[in-house]
Amino acid sequence: MPTYVNPEKCDGCKALDKPACAYICPNDLMILDPELGQAYNQEPDQCWECYACVKTCPQSAIAMRGYSDVVPLGASLTPLRGTDSIMWTVQFRDKRVKRFKFPIRTTPWGTSEIYDSMPEPDSSALKDPHLCGESIYMGIDNLPVPERSSL
Amino acid sequence: MNAPEVEVVETDLLILGGGMAGCGAAYEAGYWARSQGLRTTLVEKSSVERSGAVAMGLSAINCYMGMQWGENQPEDFVRYVRQDLMGICREDLVYDIARHVDECVHLFEKWGLPIFRNEDGRYKREGRWQIMIHGESYKPIVAEAAKKAIGPENIYERIFVSQLLKDPNTGKISGAIGFSVREHKAYVFKARAVIVSAGGATGVFRPHAVGEGLGRIWYAPWNTGSAYSLPIQAGATMTQMEHRLVVTRFKDGYGPVGMWFLLFKGKVRNAYGELYEETQAAALDEFPPYGNARPIPTPLRNHQMLLDRAQGKGPHYMRTDEALQALTQGLDPKAVRAIESDAWEDFLDMTMSQALLWASYNIDPAQLPSELDLTEPYLMGSHSSATGAWVSGPEDLAPEGYFWGYNRMTTVPGLFAAGDGVGGSAHKFSSGSYAEGRLAAKGAIAYIVDAKERPSVDEDGLNSSVQAMFQPYQVFESSQGTSTKVDVNPNYFYPKQGLLRLQKLMEEYAGGLSSNLMVNEPTLLRGLELMEMLKQDMEHVAARDRHELLRCWELRDRIWCAEAHMRHLLHRKETRWPGYYYRGDYPRIDDENWRVFVNSNYDAASDKWELGTVPYQSIVP
Repeated sequence: MPTYVNPEKCDGCKALDKPACAYICPNDLMILDPELGQAYNQEPDQCWECYACVKTCPQSAIAMRGYSDVVPLGASLTPLRGTDSIMWTVQFRDKRVKRFKFPIRTTPWGTSEIYDSMPEPDSSALKDPHLCGESIYMGIDNLPVPERSSL
Repeated sequence: MNAPEVEVVETDLLILGGGMAGCGAAYEAGYWARSQGLRTTLVEKSSVERSGAVAMGLSAINCYMGMQWGENQPEDFVRYVRQDLMGICREDLVYDIARHVDECVHLFEKWGLPIFRNEDGRYKREGRWQIMIHGESYKPIVAEAAKKAIGPENIYERIFVSQLLKDPNTGKISGAIGFSVREHKAYVFKARAVIVSAGGATGVFRPHAVGEGLGRIWYAPWNTGSAYSLPIQAGATMTQMEHRLVVTRFKDGYGPVGMWFLLFKGKVRNAYGELYEETQAAALDEFPPYGNARPIPTPLRNHQMLLDRAQGKGPHYMRTDEALQALTQGLDPKAVRAIESDAWEDFLDMTMSQALLWASYNIDPAQLPSELDLTEPYLMGSHSSATGAWVSGPEDLAPEGYFWGYNRMTTVPGLFAAGDGVGGSAHKFSSGSYAEGRLAAKGAIAYIVDAKERPSVDEDGLNSSVQAMFQPYQVFESSQGTSTKVDVNPNYFYPKQGLLRLQKLMEEYAGGLSSNLMVNEPTLLRGLELMEMLKQDMEHVAARDRHELLRCWELRDRIWCAEAHMRHLLHRKETRWPGYYYRGDYPRIDDENWRVFVNSNYDAASDKWELGTVPYQSIVP
């Protein structure tokens, strides 16, 4: 189900330093047509339909069309991704519509505290089996080891 | 072709691949490197925010012990993995993942990943090992922490790494080279240790759809096997490369089945309403002791479905209608709606195509069942499969001979592996791969601190290696005038054409779906002859632009994986995993002779492979 770009909406991300879809596509598929100044999927048969470009497009210009080997025409699946949740609109081939909303993140973007409250790294601990922060976040007191009888 | 610009990057720890394992490695390295004044660099062929197998999101974390609530202990997990892998796993590595994975999940939640909880405060379980998440942004959340850990300036995106570098005098790893997918530029990364946290191999076997749906496969199509091709070419010992993954999924969208089986208690019925687990129950008796133990190993469940099909009982359906009707009976509309929402979220978090397919077929899962199918085979080390490098275990767990200095180091000094790239250690999934990246990073930092001296790089050889990366451009430029039609030329082929040739070869000679997953010695030997010609012809693979250059190198990686797979299939003279593949000439499990690891080494100087076995050692009774 490769992506396709709506020419009425795509502005080539002129306001950004690079097109959002080309930046995010994990498979190097979305690129800008230099003449048109608009994006397209340069290798549709390698599209995983991961929706990364659809979700990130500032103009909501990218959609998915079911892959031609299999999928009947007429349905659509459209995300609207905010900062803390995503809304999906599912339209069936027979025009029924369902909507779902799911949380995506419980904290504001960019705020993760990664080593907070962990002690300064101790180089003498480099060869022990503990990973950083396990004394705080592991949820149990001691790192398990198998019963020695078997070792 | 103009000569490319060459940028040299000097670093201490080099992480190749920014998926779950790579982000875990960056996180742990960031902590330990700080006090040592060491630099960590991560290279990714796309954008870390949405790269790797979790790019699309996930609806569950499939590896979580729940030790804080006494739900499972690492020993339980080792026994489960050993049974599912039909007797063969690296118990030290599996145990190590289990004891470290919980903390990783707790960190994800702290950073903002929404995890379902029960009224009692525990995580909501989908199954014994699985917990449910709202995982649309799982990867971006994990990527944010990785970027903070090593600094965004140390993350190099849109660079494809084609080859590892070794110190010509000591054989120690000393870096890697690659090219930019965005500009005409080569990169030389000089490092003191390298972690390969790249992806397993898709596209080695032909998928169900071969037109526009070629890339709509189950595992991420950008996972092209550099987790294996890089260490193989560097001479690292590989293990379990004969293993593979074939799983039951919703047909044509490859949607997950775990929630339907485990949480919704869905049943799979054949076209005549029978449960194939019951009609094919006797088949399990042919593969003792694993067929008679529970849970039934993943390959044997495939085996049962394949038998049912061969008897003309297909298609097989997940009876979502029966399951949802049973679950929602007597509930108020709000509760019914919540269950429906969970059912759809399972696809919308991680396989949106399957939801689109439901809509396209007018399937409401509460009213109609959905067809299931088996996937084509994949080579990967993080799911119910265990291909990868043979690595050192942790010092306090590894049996004799399974430890050589640093956790997760391969047999090449300074080269570490994590995630899909580590063999023998299955069922890691996203969280366990993250944990393994962290373990590898701590091991690698300890190695760097001990090694003190910086390994050298063969500067003379670098030039030709850099030039070789761009050879597909020259192939195209020098030969395009040979034909009036650019696509048909006797002197070159495109990577897409080479990919289809590889997939046809593997399908027919290495046990693809259309060969009923069947191989034998003559078939494999003929396949290896054809593979030799394909490898020779790779001198003629052509690229017209940077995107196609990327595809040329991804194809090369897949070919390395495919060859290793065939050589390992040939070496193991038994059918260890019926339902993943069958050796027609050795159709039974042979625990007496073959409950061992099959390991291989490729020697670049002689261009020869050596295969042998390593005894199985258990740490959990």
